[in-house]
Amino acid sequence: MATIELINVEKKFGPSYAVKPMNMTIHSGEFVVLLGPSGCGKTTTLRMISGLEAVTDGQILFDGKDVTWLHPSDRDIAFVFQFFALYSHMTARENIAFPLQAQGEPRDSIRKRVEEVVKMLRIEHLMNARPGGLSGGDQQRVALARALVRRPAAFLMDEPLGALDAEFRESMRAEIKRLHIEQNATTVYVTHDQIEAMAMGDRVVVMSAAVVQQNGTPAEVYHDPANLFVAKFIGSPGMNLIQGHYADGKVALPGENRYTVPADWHNAIHEAIGRDGDIILGFRPEAAHISASGPIATTVYTTDLHGSYTMLHLELNRDTIVDIRAGRGTNYPIGTPARFDLDPAMVRFFDPKTEAAIHKGGNP
Amino acid sequence: MSSYSQPARRRHLGDKRLIQMFIIPTVLLLILMNVFPLIYSLYLSFTEYSAINPTPPQWVGLDNYKKVLSDNLYWHNFAVTGRYALISVSLQMIVGFSLAMLLKEKFKGSGLLTTLILVPMMLSPAVVGAFWKNIFNPSFGIFDQFLGYSDPNTAPQWLGDPDLALWAVVIVDVWMWSPFVMLLSLAGLSAIPDYLYEAAAIDRASAWFQFRRITLPQVMPLLLIAVLFRTIEAFKQFDLVMGLTGGGPSLLQGTQAVNVTETVSVKLFRLAMPPQAQTGLSSAMAYVVLVIIIAISNLYIRALNKVREG
Repeated sequence: MATIELINVEKKFGPSYAVKPMNMTIHSGEFVVLLGPSGCGKTTTLRMISGLEAVTDGQILFDGKDVTWLHPSDRDIAFVFQFFALYSHMTARENIAFPLQAQGEPRDSIRKRVEEVVKMLRIEHLMNARPGGLSGGDQQRVALARALVRRPAAFLMDEPLGALDAEFRESMRAEIKRLHIEQNATTVYVTHDQIEAMAMGDRVVVMSAAVVQQNGTPAEVYHDPANLFVAKFIGSPGMNLIQGHYADGKVALPGENRYTVPADWHNAIHEAIGRDGDIILGFRPEAAHISASGPIATTVYTTDLHGSYTMLHLELNRDTIVDIRAGRGTNYPIGTPARFDLDPAMVRFFDPKTEAAIHKGGNP
Repeated sequence: MSSYSQPARRRHLGDKRLIQMFIIPTVLLLILMNVFPLIYSLYLSFTEYSAINPTPPQWVGLDNYKKVLSDNLYWHNFAVTGRYALISVSLQMIVGFSLAMLLKEKFKGSGLLTTLILVPMMLSPAVVGAFWKNIFNPSFGIFDQFLGYSDPNTAPQWLGDPDLALWAVVIVDVWMWSPFVMLLSLAGLSAIPDYLYEAAAIDRASAWFQFRRITLPQVMPLLLIAVLFRTIEAFKQFDLVMGLTGGGPSLLQGTQAVNVTETVSVKLFRLAMPPQAQTGLSSAMAYVVLVIIIAISNLYIRALNKVREG
């Protein structure tokens, strides 16, 4: 299994960047998810790692060896395409055997290896079908088998579940995760679905506008987003972000609310924006709880029941609505007043000028 | 009142009537021009009859078919046609597909080049025949000069030499119709999605392996269609031969003189038209050709279906 390093790798189409110079190390056996909205450069990054797309500058290393200008076939990788890219004129079995036949392996060992992979993915019954006659999920299983059969040094997956129905997606997600654990193969996985990214990745690399916004564990990007984009993009709904003004340890919020900032944040905030300045308060829906003595007064805008919990949409004023998770039990009629308090360990602050998070332990 | 009756009368012209108005003339014309001659010629093929002779057709049973299928003279025409079709179609497939592989990748001027290559296909075969007759001329034609023969006395007589004449027709047919094969092949090649080659590159397939396992099987249905079209055309070959050689030159085969480029269609034409005007015999021969073409087409179509289903 390979360690993949990207050093100042960039891709330009004409004068515009598809990927701005980026640095990233994917350790051997790691499952790294490239996450971002469409057009953010995540697929281009993956295709540069694979060699299907040439870099315009920078270096790509596999296990310390420079592969920047190697042909895809010389990189010992497998690529799983969003639309499967199966050979339509071959049966599933022939598709899976193709990478081995291309290397001229003896017939017997090909048959044995194909059997192994097919058994692992439990697709024995599909072997004689052609891709055209298979469902999307089964086609992707065959494509996965084709990727697995050669025991490559790394797996690159480009939205492999993007073309599947919702019901398949969940079960395939589990299958791919299980495969990764069994194979312990270095995997780079591209998706625009943050739930998928959080569920599957050892590490999530959030990209937007051709730039890496944050590179961290799922917990890090969720609880400690590096900037406003990540805060908003991760989570459904994303983090609540309220414009406010900081002075004397308090944040003035819309609707004449005042929130007393936990003392351990003071130094970091003073360092970032000074003792008096605009600030953005951020918190996840589950960081807030309804409390009659809570410091922030709102009125109920709407509520939606999500089965195990209720999502409350509370209005601070006409322009500011926050999403708060509440228990299922209580009823919150629209238009009634509600006050909430925040878990002091789960509030975050952002500098509205740089859009970057303010870090309690000092800013890097 | 009249303002009411006008649209009302139009409404009486119902869908059914409209359909009949459109279809009946077509069907009538089809019956008159196609179905009747087909059936009538089938009848004539069992008779002794000449269209320029006032004697009515006389039933002779299978005599005409016996003659066509057993007489060496007619076998010669079938053999010429078969050999011509095999060589000509094979060469067209090779040349046309190779050209398509070369033109598959877009480069500056490739569109113009493709159009230019297609020009021979757009010419009338009679014109092509007339042109090539001059091109093949040993004294002033440029073909022999291209081959390096400067003395007309020693230069090959492409249209006069019994060993070369059929090849001359083949050369012209390949020149004229390889572009057609190229066109179909190009359509097939450009329909192969790029991601298959990306997948193959990832799967570490060599260029040759990709060609053999992806390109060829993917274009095979269109190649077979090209073969089918060109074979049927080759079996009907008439105009080029008439323009170039008129069926000649003749060669003594045993005791019989045979025309080395006389295809079945040329022979048919000679039989059916005055002065011979053997309408019954030529009808029988035409039916034999029809059966052969239907049989070959069926074989190809079966192969095509097999390729499609795998």
